[in-house]
Amino acid sequence: MVTLTINGKQVQAEPGMSVLEAAKANNIMIPHFCYLEDVHQVGACRICVVEIEGARSLQASCMVPVREGMVVRTNTARVKRARKVLYELMLSDHPRNCLSCLRNQNCEFQKLGELIQISEFRFEGEKSKSFVDLSSPSIVRDSSKCILCRRCITVCNEIQGVGVLNVQKRGFHSVIGPADELPLSSVNCTNCGQCVMVCPVGALLAKDVTERVWDAIFDPHKRVIVQTAPAVRVALGEEFGYPPGTIVTGKMATALREIGFDEIFDTNFAADLTIIEEGTEFLQRVTAALTGKNAVLPMITSCSPGWIKYIEHEFPQELDHLSTCKSPHMMLGALAKTYYAEKIGVDPKDIFVVSIMPCTAKKFEITRPEMFINGMPTVDAVLTTRELARMIRDAGIEFQELPDGRFDDPLGFSTGAADIFGTTGGVMEAALRTVYEIVTGREIPFERLEVTPVRGLSQVKEAAIKIEGTKPEYSYLEGVEVRVAVTSGLSGAKRLMKEVAEGTSPYHFIEVMGCPGGCIAGGGQPKPTTRSIREARMRAIYAEDAGKPKRKSHENPFVAKLYEEFLGEPLGHRSHELLHTHYVPRGRYNELEGTRIPIQTK
Amino acid sequence: MDAKHAAQCQCGEESEEEKLARIAQVVDDFKGQEGSLIQILHLAQAIYGYLPLHVQQLIAERLDIPLSEVYGVTTFYSFFSTKPRGEYTIRVCLGTACYVRGGAEIVKRLSQQLGVEVGGTTADRKFTLEVMRCIGACGLAPAVTVNDTVMRQVNPDKLNRILEMCS
Repeated sequence: MVTLTINGKQVQAEPGMSVLEAAKANNIMIPHFCYLEDVHQVGACRICVVEIEGARSLQASCMVPVREGMVVRTNTARVKRARKVLYELMLSDHPRNCLSCLRNQNCEFQKLGELIQISEFRFEGEKSKSFVDLSSPSIVRDSSKCILCRRCITVCNEIQGVGVLNVQKRGFHSVIGPADELPLSSVNCTNCGQCVMVCPVGALLAKDVTERVWDAIFDPHKRVIVQTAPAVRVALGEEFGYPPGTIVTGKMATALREIGFDEIFDTNFAADLTIIEEGTEFLQRVTAALTGKNAVLPMITSCSPGWIKYIEHEFPQELDHLSTCKSPHMMLGALAKTYYAEKIGVDPKDIFVVSIMPCTAKKFEITRPEMFINGMPTVDAVLTTRELARMIRDAGIEFQELPDGRFDDPLGFSTGAADIFGTTGGVMEAALRTVYEIVTGREIPFERLEVTPVRGLSQVKEAAIKIEGTKPEYSYLEGVEVRVAVTSGLSGAKRLMKEVAEGTSPYHFIEVMGCPGGCIAGGGQPKPTTRSIREARMRAIYAEDAGKPKRKSHENPFVAKLYEEFLGEPLGHRSHELLHTHYVPRGRYNELEGTRIPIQTK
Repeated sequence: MDAKHAAQCQCGEESEEEKLARIAQVVDDFKGQEGSLIQILHLAQAIYGYLPLHVQQLIAERLDIPLSEVYGVTTFYSFFSTKPRGEYTIRVCLGTACYVRGGAEIVKRLSQQLGVEVGGTTADRKFTLEVMRCIGACGLAPAVTVNDTVMRQVNPDKLNRILEMCS
């Protein structure tokens, strides 16, 4: 341990800690702004400056490591004056229309202002940037609000390895964005929304479509169907004061009914269905490979639209590895406008399907032409967890006081295997539970069905499962060791895809989720999302699974009924029509050939 | 600039493909050396004349780094240009010494004579007019450079002579 003095107090800190972290660990809060725990530490904003004895100038406390005997003062007149001027200068280049900003009351710059307290705007002058990029269906980039903290650059480049955002130009003209002022829709942005998650202000936002959804709800001719993803129910509570990891499935269902949705379905139902389709597809590929036919392995999951767009840009030659399954909410949308529409005798044109997702990439996904059926979108609007929270507040609903409600049949029932789709490793675990049992007739040999090697937050997780005691029809699988890998975050995906592209991948089946930690930490989830919050949401997901009477997708009776009444068999003709899709090789630089949508100037 | 990559003027002799191949060779030679991007851009600009997006794309791809990063560097340094330049780039120094000795007047006159704003290129692609902040030739103020040649104590009334030298 290192001993140093902060504000006259002797404190202890771990070697390697920054002064800012050491102060925090000892309950001394140094106002800071661009610093973001575990993510971003570059000293760009200088708000966290302190006096350090022996140093001539003020030092950014997030950048200075602690030293034995260091004497630090965080609250002197000099520090306070510097901090205030820095804040005022940043404010002089920031619009002050907070009341019309989506981040109002939830803005880190406002919070900093509460600490610093200014009584007048001393510096008035030219504003450096003024354009809004509305080209992407997922993410809105409002440059006028950007305060150049560079957090988005760190996540886009270092954490996600995508590198769409960087500083362009210099000085007063600096702007964070893609090359050559290209709009987000024309570059290799995956729409993952991790930049939105770390933006302290309203410069990067998920595109808000709550008004469109309200319009549909208030339209008497529309039947409005809503579905919610597995990761929403373990995070939505945070928007209403619950601690991270609180499961609010029942209250969420009630809130959706009070808002005025006609049917409340569960994306989890379609997650169970996905496992049947994808599991069957995997078995088909393995069978082909073992019987000397053509088969592309490893097969890779296709539930995460951020990941899908990433592979289309970065590895367009490898698209055959993707499962052809649509993501679960797209499957449910397709069923709502066919199977369910038929059941209730409503023209699918009068059905409006809304998906509540932890995800910004799904907003793009529903606009893909290959997702349309008979010229019709199958999901009409995607709301993030945060947008749903806004609608609940807007409707005057006291969330904490709500009784527990439930989803509607027939597309509202799910097993525990579907719940875990919301976390990294979950799709793999759900698939293994089902595939192993189909092949051997026995449960997968893990205690309480918990496939622990694929759980947790490590970037890449692996497991090898030996198949023994097969049913006669699967005898060719006897003794085969199925090797699987799981990754979340696009840097991890790149790692595994390099092996796939080189033909050296040792796996049969790979699960990829675009966001680090999986959907629980998606770009549409409540802010902030830190490591400990990821862990809490993950625990909640596994608790939801453990508490379910049925925990294997193939035991979902409504899925069985769906095949009986409508689909026929897994990978059958109707499945292919409604539940499967294809992918678009985009290439890394297709942005240079794509049409340019001009960026709007305010 | 090392001798191997020194840019020889091959105006009109080298095809587009040859230029791009030379740039690719430059990138490959520097690949793996940390901090070599600026040097690569410098050489690429010498070969191609300027740095259009497709040249930056080539560099980004071969270095396996994001295009947005390359573009960020290109737009940070005023020496790099993403637009075609004239055969002769005239840069007027506006550092303190050159400024007080009439640099601004030189800019004004050149702009009038060439019919372009600062940063612009004449329609015949002959001249590009730029300003710079101190080239360390304060004793020669006001200084002007034409490509790599420094002109000392430039008289605004005698700019014609400089322009004629370039024909």
